[in-house]
Formats: sequence, structure tokens, C-alpha cells
Amino acid sequence: MEKTYDKNLLLEAYRKMTTIRAYESKVEEIFLAGELPGFTHLYIGEEACGVGVCSNLNKDDYIESTHRGHGHCIAKGADVKKMMAELYGKETGYCHGKGGSMHIADFSIGMLGANGVVGAGYNLAMGAALAAKLRGTKQVAVAFFGDGASNRGTFHESVNMAAVWKLPVLYVCEMNQWASTTPYLTTTSVKDISDRAHGYGIPGKHVNGNDFFAVYDAAKEAIDYVRSGKGPYLLELKTYRIKGHYVGDPEKYRTKEEVQEHFQNDDPIKNFRKTVLAKKWLTEEEMDKMDQDAKDLVLEAVKEAEAAPYPDESELMQNYYCE
Amino acid sequence: MRKITFSVATQEAMKEEMQRDKNVFLMGEDIARQGGIFGQFAGLADEFGKERVRDTPISETAIIGGGVGAALAGMRPVVDMHFADFIGVPMDEIFNQMAKARYMFGGQAKVPIVLRAPDGMTRGGAAQHSQCVEAWFMHIPGLKVVIPSNPADAKGLLKSAIRSDDPVIYFEHKKLFSMKGEVPEGELLVPIGKANVAKEGTDLTIVSYSFYMTNVLKAAAQLDKEGIHVECIDLRTISPLDMDTIYESLKKTKKLMIVHEAVKQGGVGAEVAARTAEEMIDYLDAPIVRLGAPFVPIPYTPPLERLVKIEPEDIIKAVKEMLGR
Repeated sequence: MEKTYDKNLLLEAYRKMTTIRAYESKVEEIFLAGELPGFTHLYIGEEACGVGVCSNLNKDDYIESTHRGHGHCIAKGADVKKMMAELYGKETGYCHGKGGSMHIADFSIGMLGANGVVGAGYNLAMGAALAAKLRGTKQVAVAFFGDGASNRGTFHESVNMAAVWKLPVLYVCEMNQWASTTPYLTTTSVKDISDRAHGYGIPGKHVNGNDFFAVYDAAKEAIDYVRSGKGPYLLELKTYRIKGHYVGDPEKYRTKEEVQEHFQNDDPIKNFRKTVLAKKWLTEEEMDKMDQDAKDLVLEAVKEAEAAPYPDESELMQNYYCE
Repeated sequence: MRKITFSVATQEAMKEEMQRDKNVFLMGEDIARQGGIFGQFAGLADEFGKERVRDTPISETAIIGGGVGAALAGMRPVVDMHFADFIGVPMDEIFNQMAKARYMFGGQAKVPIVLRAPDGMTRGGAAQHSQCVEAWFMHIPGLKVVIPSNPADAKGLLKSAIRSDDPVIYFEHKKLFSMKGEVPEGELLVPIGKANVAKEGTDLTIVSYSFYMTNVLKAAAQLDKEGIHVECIDLRTISPLDMDTIYESLKKTKKLMIVHEAVKQGGVGAEVAARTAEEMIDYLDAPIVRLGAPFVPIPYTPPLERLVKIEPEDIIKAVKEMLGR
């Protein structure tokens, strides 16, 4: 029998992917126009990774994100308007303007934070999984990381401990081929980061991260495994970072042609459309409408963020300690 | 009143808090089967099981980072650093994650974690097993740092630390673990952020903490016999610092000495002295004096190790010099 997917799942997945694309495209535009402080890192071209994984998660499951975190936020269900307001440094942002792009969090949906330190999320996710295990819930935790972060020592400490204690953690490597400005093979000892799972006696698998369906299926299998109490799992998603390391990156380390080739031939959103149209699962009209809705939502988010107040000066010393 | 050791006092604190709150759990190297390398976790795994009292791999970033993650997810972990000297290994987990999560996420997060860190010189531990590194952590906004000097405070501060919704670093001097002292039965909470006047006096104020309070109080008892009455303040918490208690004392004594085992340069004494100079200079009638270790790593051999220590006789000498006696 041919494999099929629930229509609502597909609609929601497409809505999230196109929302990420619209959000990131707008962020790039306004950042280059000098509207935003700080640094920002875009998820364009990696949408199928976060959305494919998070489509298998429950609201109370945990994720730990990275400096390239906007996509994970939207995939886990964060509010685009609060995210945009945070980028503008406004009071209405997720962190009242104190965090910015690299520190967006939404604890109400288990999104335990983007992180400015590469490779810091492994242990935090492992600890959240330990909390779930100690409380006897069936929650799982996902640690997103990149190929660059795979070379941090924290990976070893976290995965080993999670494996010894059989903690419900899914380690998701978004292998986008660039560690900041350095191609991953010049700094990484293995072609497939999923091979490293063998060193910990846990399952590891790699799939095409630009194919939503490959990601979704692999993540489903991995999350079922993790949730069943068998221990952690390492899933590697092969993708490509379409934009620079950060907005404004002169990208002297690669050619425009290389990027264009990837984007034209292997855009995860185009790939998704091609599949669902061929299978007649969704229509052009349904998806075009979602594209437009996403752009409208992002524009509205920008307008509201621009109009929102900055935090009051009294906010400086707020939430420094609890008591 | 009954007397128990500092080590047993900390065990009681953890035991009572674990009975009180099922979210409290312990993890660290050698704490469940061994009971901690200084016995400070003895018996807890028998009572609470090896799920809540967890022996970890030698993986400091995972112990501390995992603790922070568990705290973000609603638990109240107490994690052990084995030796405070190893605290550099999980430093990112402490200063970028534990300390920052609440503020940078706009108050969404609570990080109710306690990090126990046995520090200080004992029996020739040498350069990597003897250090007092508490001052590093008073430079990091978002952390609370406590540092008890006796069994009663050990219990009361640890219980307060476990109940605190903020991350607390709990420095405990290795030489204190076997120290016996009076500890009342039952509930005992010592507030975080409040110094203690351990001995009253009129001639000079000595500010100290941790094991060196023992040396300070010994010196003060001797000085009393010689007609010099020093007031001794035990900071108990070094971040946030309770300067008010120090200032109240200085209004009376007008002279300030700070004594600590850590190196003098950039130490807790530097901060106490600087704030006092900024805010209380008009009250002082003598320059502030700091006693701390010379700016060298801790040597192994006893004759050299003695030179980086401050013993009661060193304090007595410094007090007499300061008073011109």
C-alpha cells in the first residue's frame, strides 16, 4: 500500500515551512536595512529539518535550539509576532527585548531557548530529558545542532551520559556543510556524523534533510524509539546553508554559483511542493494561499514590532534574580 | 545543643529537602556508592535510591549542563563539583547558561540549581586541588554565591540554596567537613545575602568567610585577652554582598581588615575594600588592610604551603600593626 500522510499534518508542515521562509527573508531585508541591532543567522534552505522533526513532537516535549534558531521556534509553534518584536528589541518580544535573535525561548511550548554558544544545547536537552525521566512522564527532548557543533566536547559528555542512563533525547544534526565559514570536511573526521553514534552504542541514521518526508519518517522512527525508553538516538539531516553564516557575511569562502545550484535544484520547499502535487495530496491553490498568508503575517509582525514600545529603563534590573 | 560535623550537617540539609520536595535530586561523581569523596553524601543513596542520588561519569559539562537543563525543566538538582578546582571544565555551563537563562529569556526561566564546590587548602593538595576560586563567581551577574564557615550555617545555607529559585554556587572548604559544631535539631534556614556578626568588638572590623573564620575567631579570642576587641563578620554570602552589615560595624570600629584564603589580587577583599572606600571613606580612620594569599599557585611542600596560608598569628600581627600596638 502506498504511504500516505494526514492532510492536516501536511498543511501544518507546509504552513510552518513557508512561514519560516517568509520570516527569514523579511529578517534579512530589514537587518540589511539597518533596522535591527545584534547578529542574526538565517535558516533558509533548512526548513524541512526543523519542521520534519517538530511535526513529530508534542507541545510539552522539549527542544534546545542554536544560534540559527528562528526555524526551530516556528517549527515548535512559537508566535511569529513575539519573535519579530524580540528581534526589534521591543517590550512585546518573547524576552522583553533582553535576548534578541540568539536567545528566543518559549517555555510554554517546551522551547527551552536558542543559544549563542555552539554546542551548549546538548547538555541542556539531556538534563531536560533527565527531568522527564525522573518525573516519569513520556516527554522527550530534542537537541538541534550543526556539523560545526558536532566537534564540541560537550557532544561526547552529553551523548555518553544520555546513553548510560537511557535518557529520552534525540540529537539532531543539521549538517548544513558549513561551520561558520569553514567547510565541514576540513574540520570533521567523518563524512557522516551519524557514524559517531556507534561510539556510544546508540542508533544513528542520516537522511536527506531537504526532503520533508525523509526527515519526517526518520524523525518519527527516532522519536518513537526515544520515547519508548530505549535511550538516545542520533539523527543526521543532510542539508545546505543557503545564506551566509550571519546576515552580512561576505561569503568569500564559496561561490554564488555553488549556492544557486543548491537552492535551485534542492530547495526543501520546492521539493515538498513537487511531492505533494505529484501525489495529489495538496493543491497549488492551498499552498499559494499559505505562502501569501505567511508573508502577510510577517508583514503584520514587522508593523506591530515597529510600533511597539522599547522596554522601560526599569526593566534593566528586572528578572535578574527570582527573589 | 547537639554537635554534628559540617559534613553531616550538609547531609541533613539534603535529606530534609529531598523529603520535602520530590523534585530535588543529586548528581555528581562518586556520590551514590562512595557517598562523596569527603563523605558529604553518605547514606543518601540508601534512603532515596540511585535514581535520585546519581553517580555520574567524569563529565563535568554534562553534570552541570545536565543539571541546568533539568532545572529549566522544573527540577531542583544539587550537583557536585568533586573539587572546586575542576570548575573551569563546565565554565560555559555556569556562566553562559546557568547564570544567564533567566535574564536573557526575559524571566521565563527559573534555574533552581545548587552547585556544591569543595575548595581550599588541605594536606598538600598543591596547585590543582587546593584553590579558592569564589571571587570568579562574584563577577558573574545571575549567580548567588554562598560560602559557609561552620556546621549550622552549612545546613541552613544549603537548605536555603536548594529552596532558592536562583542558581546558587555553594563553596565548602575541605577542612570544614570534619569540623564539629552546634546545630539545632529540625528546621534551620540561613538567609542568602545576609552576613553574620560572629563576634562583637569595638576596635576593628575583620571581614572573612569559610574556613578562615576559624582562624579569625581564634585570633580575636587571643586579642581579647590582650585588651584588643575586634568585631568579626562572617560574610556567609559573597554575591550578593551584604555591605550594610559591614558598614554598621565600621561606624563603630572605623577600621576594616579583610581576610581570605584566596589570592589577594582581585579577591573578595578587593570588592569589599573598594565599596567601602567608595561609600564609607569618611568613617574610616585608617587605611583598609587585606590579608590574602600571595599571587602564586599553591605549592605542594608544607614549608612553602605555609607561606600562602594566613594563620591566627598572622592575623594577630596584622591587627596590632594596624592599631599601632
